[in-house]
Amino acid sequence: MGRNLKFNIFRYNPLDRNSVPHSDTFFIEETDSMTLFIALTRIREEQDPSLQFDFCCRAGICGSCAMIINGRPDLACKTLTKELPTEITLMPLPVFKLIGDLSVDTGIWFRAMNEKVGSWIHTDKTLDPNAEEEKMDNALAEEIYELERCVECGCCVASCGTANMREDFIGAVALNRIARFMLDPRDQRKEGEYFEVIGTDEGIFGCMGLLACEDVCPKNLPLQDQLGILRRKMGWSAVKHLFRLG
Amino acid sequence: METEFSDLLCIGAGLAGERVAIEAASSGFQAICLSIVPPRRSHSSAAQGGMQASLGNCIMGDGDNPDIHFADTVKGSDWGCDQEVARLFVETAPMAVREMAYWGIPWNRVVPGKSTYFKGGKQYEKVEAKEKEGLITARSFGGTAKWRTCYTSDGTGHTLLYTMDNKVVELGVTVHDRMEAISLIHDGETCMGAVVRDLKTGKLRAYLAKATLIATGGYGRIYRETTNAVINEGNGAIIALDTGIVPIGNPEAIQFHPTGIVPTHILVTEGCRGDGGTLLDVNENRFMPEYEPEKAELASRDVVSRWMTHHIRRGLGVKGHYGDHLWLDIRHLGAQHIKTKLREVEEICNNFLGIDPITQLIPVRPAQHYTMAGVRTDKDGAAYGLKGLFAAGEAACWDLHGFNRLGGNSLAETVVAGKIVGEKISEFLKGYDVTFDTGIVKNAMVKELERIERLVSCNDGHEDVYKIRNAMQDELMDRVGIFRNGNDLQKAVDNLQEIYSRAKKVGIRSNWLGASPELALAIKIQGMVRLALCVAYGALQRTESRGCHAREDYDARNDRDWLNRTLATWKEGNDLPTLNYEPVSKIMELPPGDRGYGATKIISAEGEITEEESEPMMGD
Repeated sequence: MGRNLKFNIFRYNPLDRNSVPHSDTFFIEETDSMTLFIALTRIREEQDPSLQFDFCCRAGICGSCAMIINGRPDLACKTLTKELPTEITLMPLPVFKLIGDLSVDTGIWFRAMNEKVGSWIHTDKTLDPNAEEEKMDNALAEEIYELERCVECGCCVASCGTANMREDFIGAVALNRIARFMLDPRDQRKEGEYFEVIGTDEGIFGCMGLLACEDVCPKNLPLQDQLGILRRKMGWSAVKHLFRLG
Repeated sequence: METEFSDLLCIGAGLAGERVAIEAASSGFQAICLSIVPPRRSHSSAAQGGMQASLGNCIMGDGDNPDIHFADTVKGSDWGCDQEVARLFVETAPMAVREMAYWGIPWNRVVPGKSTYFKGGKQYEKVEAKEKEGLITARSFGGTAKWRTCYTSDGTGHTLLYTMDNKVVELGVTVHDRMEAISLIHDGETCMGAVVRDLKTGKLRAYLAKATLIATGGYGRIYRETTNAVINEGNGAIIALDTGIVPIGNPEAIQFHPTGIVPTHILVTEGCRGDGGTLLDVNENRFMPEYEPEKAELASRDVVSRWMTHHIRRGLGVKGHYGDHLWLDIRHLGAQHIKTKLREVEEICNNFLGIDPITQLIPVRPAQHYTMAGVRTDKDGAAYGLKGLFAAGEAACWDLHGFNRLGGNSLAETVVAGKIVGEKISEFLKGYDVTFDTGIVKNAMVKELERIERLVSCNDGHEDVYKIRNAMQDELMDRVGIFRNGNDLQKAVDNLQEIYSRAKKVGIRSNWLGASPELALAIKIQGMVRLALCVAYGALQRTESRGCHAREDYDARNDRDWLNRTLATWKEGNDLPTLNYEPVSKIMELPPGDRGYGATKIISAEGEITEEESEPMMGD
């Protein structure tokens, strides 16, 4: 017999006029290798079919299922119940707009973020479809990939002191994205152009250095290092900027 | 009635859908992509292995070219593919990889000098050429004569999808996420768009377009055990089949993978066995040598899957809460090897099972993996039956894969087909106009509104949609799985027909206001069962074994009678699909022969019977 798990789950359906935010309690028996994906799917199918939550790949790849698990943002699909106490409290991610229960709207937020940081290769080169590809050092390719592993789950944003206070803060996810393109020689943007995007209080200078982002990132991205590097680079840019303006 | 207009409506915003949208947008057309999930969460991201293209940069791929890639693909398909499409695909793939590099993929590159690799449990050495340094490299995959699979570490699908969506953002292509198409709007000749349900609010909206593309991925989730994401319920195939005109090509062509972890069926790579991992049963006995004395665990993917299922059926599986399973043992490979060469396997075991593969056994069993089947199109991606309807990627039966897809060809197909079909749609759109008949649009909307009203008011009954879905999944898993035979298939068809009649009596049990996950499933449950019937009935009628379609009672590939493609349509009011057949390929550049791997018995076009036993294949 497995443990009898007690789930306290945040409930609110904004489209139902009779719905008020509250918490519902569900009990299920723990089974081997049970993840929150298995537990929540069972609760929905066996106890309450209206329960809203988001899973997609259920393999830690797609970033759909971030939620607050006993007070900490994480991917629900890669959270094993055996690593949690018998009582499990689930809340939706803050900062993002609530769709219902544990489901939040990350799509709109991340599209806007990607537009804002210009999350693509900026180049005036054209592609010759019949030519051999441009060479790149494998070590550099791997360095870029290391930062590209971000799955836009929103955990860093949800855990960020600044993002929770100010909705215009772009968050560690956006700063990491900028760091990824700054590494990439195919992107022809100059440091000054990156400064235009992140050299403000909405960007790198809004970071209070609490670094919960690094602690909660399910992909273990080196956010602390990247934020440090960006702050230094943008600090120098700010100085240069002042002189140029002066 | 809320209505959106565009030149192109892409239903699905994974790699194929977005690639098509990019092509159309680059040609000056207005495209809207719909996606059930935010586009970067699409199942394309889960393809870790890589994308095949015959660049021939790495030493193990030296001398590669599209001709060799073509032969591998046709053999892999067990001569079930369209060879014109395969030729088009292999010629375009290298260009597509380079284009993705230009758009920002950090492809792994050739590193000159010595390195080691594993094959069949043994270690070998290779030396990369200095002059190729920095060019896009490739890794080995099953069923290929050369190392041809371009990759970015263990996240190729992820980087491709992010780079593709970056391009979508750059071009300003509109994406409406959490939107599910629930029917196509058409007049029997021309497709005009789709009725779409907003998965945030539950509201319906009409999307009208000159061209409509189905790019919704596979339908693995009609099976109980699948490596697919939970969104892969086949809604694109369902709405196409619902037209009564557009056929599903080869619905019975479904691929399985030997090693999904239990309970979540997340895939662990075949590299585990390639590097020397073994399969154990309830008594911790290694059983594969009993069935395959020479190749054991290194036999081809379908062969290993079949023996695993057979062994479980003999009662030698490990009993567990989630059903019987077997063990994958990689402990003897050692910590050093596991931590470097099989890092993602270690992570999956730690994160999703809570076990340490260095000291513990991994619970595995075969799971559904890939849908070669799909909306049947011509080589331009135009669907049969309706003008203005197109399909691409896993959702389509283009038909690149025939009865078995090679590892690395699925990811490549999304990008290559997306490019080709996108160009063809742009040509189609030039100078094309369509008349939107408001009566037809209104009727399509009203039909869906009434359907939803019946579900939420329980007009037709109180059947529990999850129980219906589970019954359907069990039927397919147990009787239309890896091993197939006439008796089981007939029983599956009978049972699925009974399940179908119950599916018509589903009623919603919960608060349906807003997104309502229960209602979302209830809307498509009948369509899912119809799709399941296409799979089961198609498999029952195909009295031969070809690629992944393995009949115990017809163990030969029969080129005399079955060198053809199943086309399944569903006439309204029927409780079985209508099956028609067409030749697999207009052009036979490579005539049917021996694949060169796996045990095969072949009945030739002339009726001659041959049996072959040959080399194993490995891959993802």
